Amino acid sequence: MQHDNLVEIEDVAFGYGTRPVLKGVNLTAKRGQVIAIMGSSGCGKTTLLRLIGGQIKPGQGTVRVAGESVGELDPAGLYRLRRKMGMLFQFGALFTDMSVFDNVAFQLREHTDLPEDAIRDLVLMKLHAVGLRGAAQLMPAELSGGMARRVALARAIALEPTLVMYDEPFAGLDPISLGVTGNLIRRLTDTLGLTSLVVTHDVQESLKIVDYVYFVSEGVIVAKGSAEDIRASDLPYVHQFVHGEADGPVPFHYPAPSYADDLRLGG
Amino acid sequence: MLKRSIENLGNRTIQGVWRIGFAARFFLAMLLHSGTAFRRFGLTIREMYFTGVLSLIIILVSGLFVGMVLGLQGYETLQTYGSEEALGILVALSLVRELGPVVAALLFASRAGSAITAEIGLMKATEQLSAMEMMAVDPIARVVAPRFWAGVISMPLLAALFSAMGIFGGYLVGVQLIGVDEGSFWSQMQSAVDFEQDILNGVIKSVVFGVAITTIALFEGYDAPPTAEGVSGATTRTVVTSSLAVLALDFVLTAFMFRGIN
Amino acid sequence: MNKTVLDLWVGLFVIAGIAALLFLALKVGSMSAVNTSDSYEVVARFENIGGLKPRAPVKSAGVVVGRVADIRFDNETYEAAVTLRVDKRYAFPKDTTAAIMTSGLLGEQYVGLEAGGDSSKLKDKDRILITQDAVVLENLIGHFIYGKAQEGAPQ
Repeated sequence: MQHDNLVEIEDVAFGYGTRPVLKGVNLTAKRGQVIAIMGSSGCGKTTLLRLIGGQIKPGQGTVRVAGESVGELDPAGLYRLRRKMGMLFQFGALFTDMSVFDNVAFQLREHTDLPEDAIRDLVLMKLHAVGLRGAAQLMPAELSGGMARRVALARAIALEPTLVMYDEPFAGLDPISLGVTGNLIRRLTDTLGLTSLVVTHDVQESLKIVDYVYFVSEGVIVAKGSAEDIRASDLPYVHQFVHGEADGPVPFHYPAPSYADDLRLGG
Repeated sequence: MLKRSIENLGNRTIQGVWRIGFAARFFLAMLLHSGTAFRRFGLTIREMYFTGVLSLIIILVSGLFVGMVLGLQGYETLQTYGSEEALGILVALSLVRELGPVVAALLFASRAGSAITAEIGLMKATEQLSAMEMMAVDPIARVVAPRFWAGVISMPLLAALFSAMGIFGGYLVGVQLIGVDEGSFWSQMQSAVDFEQDILNGVIKSVVFGVAITTIALFEGYDAPPTAEGVSGATTRTVVTSSLAVLALDFVLTAFMFRGIN
Repeated sequence: MNKTVLDLWVGLFVIAGIAALLFLALKVGSMSAVNTSDSYEVVARFENIGGLKPRAPVKSAGVVVGRVADIRFDNETYEAAVTLRVDKRYAFPKDTTAAIMTSGLLGEQYVGLEAGGDSSKLKDKDRILITQDAVVLENLIGHFIYGKAQEGAPQ
C-alpha cells in the first residue's frame, strides 16, 4: 500500500520531564519532496526527528511513517522500520574507530549477507555520489567538517532508504561546503526517489532547495508553505526569522524579572 | 541549612538507587544481547586487543617488580625464623591467592576500564550510539557486549601472567640474587600451593573482577552525560568505583573460599 | 590497524596467558591433588589429632601418598575419625600404623603411614587399627616439668 504521505504527524505533544517541548504539532511529508523544518535553536526541531526515528515516544498524538505508528512499534518492528530510514546527525556522527569505507559499509555488513566484493562496489558507488570516492581509506579524524557531513550522507543512503532525515546539515560549514551539501540533498532526493526532512535554521540555503517549509516556534507550527510563500510571508515571526532581525516576536532577552528589580534599584 | 542538606542527602540516595536499578537493567541487557559478541567473534577479538594486549606491558612489568619486592621482604622476614626455604611458598601463595588477581584487576581498572568508559562516553557524546540505533543496530549488542566479553576473557589471563611474572621476579631475587636454594624454593612451593584451593580460586576471583570492572566501565560510559565534563567525570568514577568494588569483592570471595581451610 | 596483525597479537596474548596458567598449575602448584576416581579411603581413629587439618598430606616413608579427606568427632567413642584418601597406586598391608607427625619442630602436621607385615592389603572403607596420636607440645612440656619435679622431690 503506497501512501502519498510518507510521514504523518498528528497533534503530537512531547516534554522532557515537566518541560514541554512540543505542544500539538501537525506535519506531513509527501513522498519525493524535500521538506524543511525551521525554527530558532532549542524549539523542538531535533525532538521532532527523534520522534520520527522512534528514539523517543510521543506523549500524545501519533507519528506515522509509511503508515506505521512509530510510537506503538515493538523494538523489532522499530528496527525493521529504521532500515528504511537514514539519518544525518548534526556533526556526522561517523564511527571514529573505522575508516570512511567501513563507515559507509557498516549497515551493509550488519544487515545484509552480501559478499565483500558487492559491498565494495556499493560503498564506492555511494562515496562517488557524494564525491568522496578518493577518501575511502581516510579515517574520520582526517576529514574536514563538510567532508565528514558528506560521508555521513553516503552512510545514511547506503541501504537505499525511503526517508532521510538531516539534523542541521548546514551548521558550521563554509559557504562552498554549504552549497555543495545543499545541492547534494536536492540531487540525491531527486535521483534516488527519497523523501528528505531537513531540520535547519539556515534560511537562505535551505530555501533554495526545499519544496515545503514548516516553521516551529515554542512547540507549535507557526507557519508553513512553499519556499516562495515563506519569502513573501509577512507574518512577523517568519519575517524576523527570514531576515535575521535581532528583536521581534522572538525576544532578544530570555524571560527575566524586571531589569530594575534585578539590579535592586527599586528600593 | 540542615533541611537543605537532608534534602540533598535524600536526593542523592534516590539518584543512587535509580542508578543501581538502571545498571542492573543494563547488565541484563548486555548478557541478553551477547549473541553478536560470539557469533561475530572478530568483534570481541578486536576489543581483546585494546583491553588485553595493550594492558600487557603494565601488567608484566608490575608483576615482575611486585614479585621482586616480595622476594626481598619475604627473605628479610623469613630469615629471622631461619626458614628461608619457605620463600617460594610465601611468594607463590601471596601472588596466586591475592596479589595476582587483585593488583592485576586494579591495574586493569585504571588502564583498560578508564579507556572503555572514555571511548563509550565519547561515542555517546558525538551521537555515534544514536546513529547506530538509527541504523537499526543495537549499540548494546554491537558495541557494549563485545567489550564486556573481551574484558571477562582477558582478566584471568592477565592475572595469571601477573602471578607467573611475580613468581619469576621472586625467583630472580630470592634464588639468583640472595642465594636461597633453588631446589627447596620450587619444591616447597609445589607442596604448599594447591591447584584447586589456590590457583583455581585465584582464577575464579579474577573472572569475577573482570565482570565487575568491565560492567562498571561500560555502564559509566553509557550513562555519562554527553559533555566533555560528563565523560571525564565518568572516567574518574570508573577507576574509583571499580577499584573499590575489586577490593570489596576480594574480601567477600576470600571469606567464602578460604574459610574452610584455616 | 591491520586486521591480521591485530589477530596475531590477540593470539599471542591468549597463548601467553594460557602458558602462564599452565606454569602456575604444573610448576607452582601441585596438580597431583589426588583424584577421587583413582584413590581409596581408609578411616583411622585417634584420641588426639593435635592441629591436623583437612587436606593435610598423608606420607609414607616421606613420600606424599594421599591427603586427609575429612575429620570428624565420633560422639560414641569420643575419638576423632580421620578419613584418609590414598592414591590407588599405593597399596598398604592391613596392619599398617597411622601416626600424626609434625614436619620440623613447628611445621605443619601430617599423617604418617608405616607399613606392617600382613599379606592382605587395605581396601576402600577399611579401618586402620593401630594409630598413634599427635604429640602435643604443651603435654610434652608438662611431662618434662612433672618429671623434673619428681626427680627433685626426694631431696
